[in-house]
Amino acid sequence: MSAPEQASARSTLIANVEDLLAHARTMEAEAAERYDDLADQMEVHNNHEVARLFRKLAEIEAKHIAAVEAMGDGLDLPELKPWEHAWDNESPEATEVDEVHYLMTPYHVISIAMHHEKKAVEFFESVVENSADPKLREMAEGLAEEEREHVRLLGEWLVRYPKPEKGWDEDPDPPNLQE
Amino acid sequence: MSTNTASKPLTAKDFKSDVKPVWCPGCGDFGVLSSLTKVFAELKLSPENVAVISGIGCSSRIPAYVNSYGFHGVHGRALPLAIGLKVSRPELTVIVTGGDGDGFSIGGNHFLHACRRNVDMTYVVMDNQVYGMTKGQASPTTEATWAKGKLTPGGPGINPFHPLVIALASGANYIARCSSGDPNGTAKVLAEAIAHPGFSFVQVLSPCVTYRPEQRDWKKSTRPSPVEPTDDPARAARRLMSDDGLNTGPLYVGSRAPYQPELKASVENLADLEQEFLV
Repeated sequence: MSAPEQASARSTLIANVEDLLAHARTMEAEAAERYDDLADQMEVHNNHEVARLFRKLAEIEAKHIAAVEAMGDGLDLPELKPWEHAWDNESPEATEVDEVHYLMTPYHVISIAMHHEKKAVEFFESVVENSADPKLREMAEGLAEEEREHVRLLGEWLVRYPKPEKGWDEDPDPPNLQE
Repeated sequence: MSTNTASKPLTAKDFKSDVKPVWCPGCGDFGVLSSLTKVFAELKLSPENVAVISGIGCSSRIPAYVNSYGFHGVHGRALPLAIGLKVSRPELTVIVTGGDGDGFSIGGNHFLHACRRNVDMTYVVMDNQVYGMTKGQASPTTEATWAKGKLTPGGPGINPFHPLVIALASGANYIARCSSGDPNGTAKVLAEAIAHPGFSFVQVLSPCVTYRPEQRDWKKSTRPSPVEPTDDPARAARRLMSDDGLNTGPLYVGSRAPYQPELKASVENLADLEQEFLV
């Protein structure tokens, strides 16, 4: 099965608005928690500019959790286990633990965030494509549009940060040298 | 350690301590920490009823990063310490964490006998096939041809230790392999391992991005095992004979009764207890 086929097969696990909002809530929560973890990591490694940026992204995602919860007000959202969601591994919006480097720059942070926002757009689009329920399709399209807006916003941020030159990850005095 | 005083269920975040990990950014152990805290929340455990025990090494720092009871013990001795704790406090959920050097070299003999004894606990080994904390030496699971270690020019030259084979041969009651690149898949396996009675052993392939950067590829090269776990040790052994080390998921789910000695009545007077140890 190809990757798009797998994505569409998984998105059929979302049968109604409650399922969709439960997934959206997890998506924002996993993204927020990971950004906070990454901010901690960068603080520990004295990369404070990047730490501040990750912290800011965590704060933004935390607001999105509140927004999704407000959308589900009065609905009985299912409590899904981490491995019961309609995606492989972690949610599309969560930065993976191995995507970072202690010398990374704001350019890398914004690029990674954009990549994951785009994955979130694709996820909600696959729900729209694979559902016949008009209410579910409408809500998924709304969530996809919101993620598209985040991609546009991050694109504006990215302009502020030039792409670092090759060798940005070379450290003349690394914290760990092989012995 | 903070405990839950409100009725709201604890989340994975509640199981993270305020201590910020000092691992290298990108380290696979962050994924394992995420899996562990998710599992504790999913199993609705209370921090005061969980003990995370470790030895020495990068991954053995985990007890400090988890909001539960913990013990950062001496090198290779996490398992006997945890066995002592579990048999005397059987109501606790005991998790042992560590790396491949701590568990299979310094603590190798304890590993064999912990599998044999089958006390109800879960041993999570974050295997990166290198000693990371001491800066990049070959470990028991390092492949024979790994030539980048300064102490082993040309490679260690000996076959690597195969943790799942040893666990099966020694009597572990639940055996699985995971990838730290799949924290939710690992969480699912850990939930099963913790719930399964007896000694559960979970090898987690957890890249060392500093000394083994090529291990980042594990995220792409690992794949879910195409077969269901078996309760037949002979069948599990045959599967391991053709295993390339990259299949993930549970391999063996046994049914041996856990070892739990009958506990003596609690000691009311410490002086009486001291008398028992006098020679």
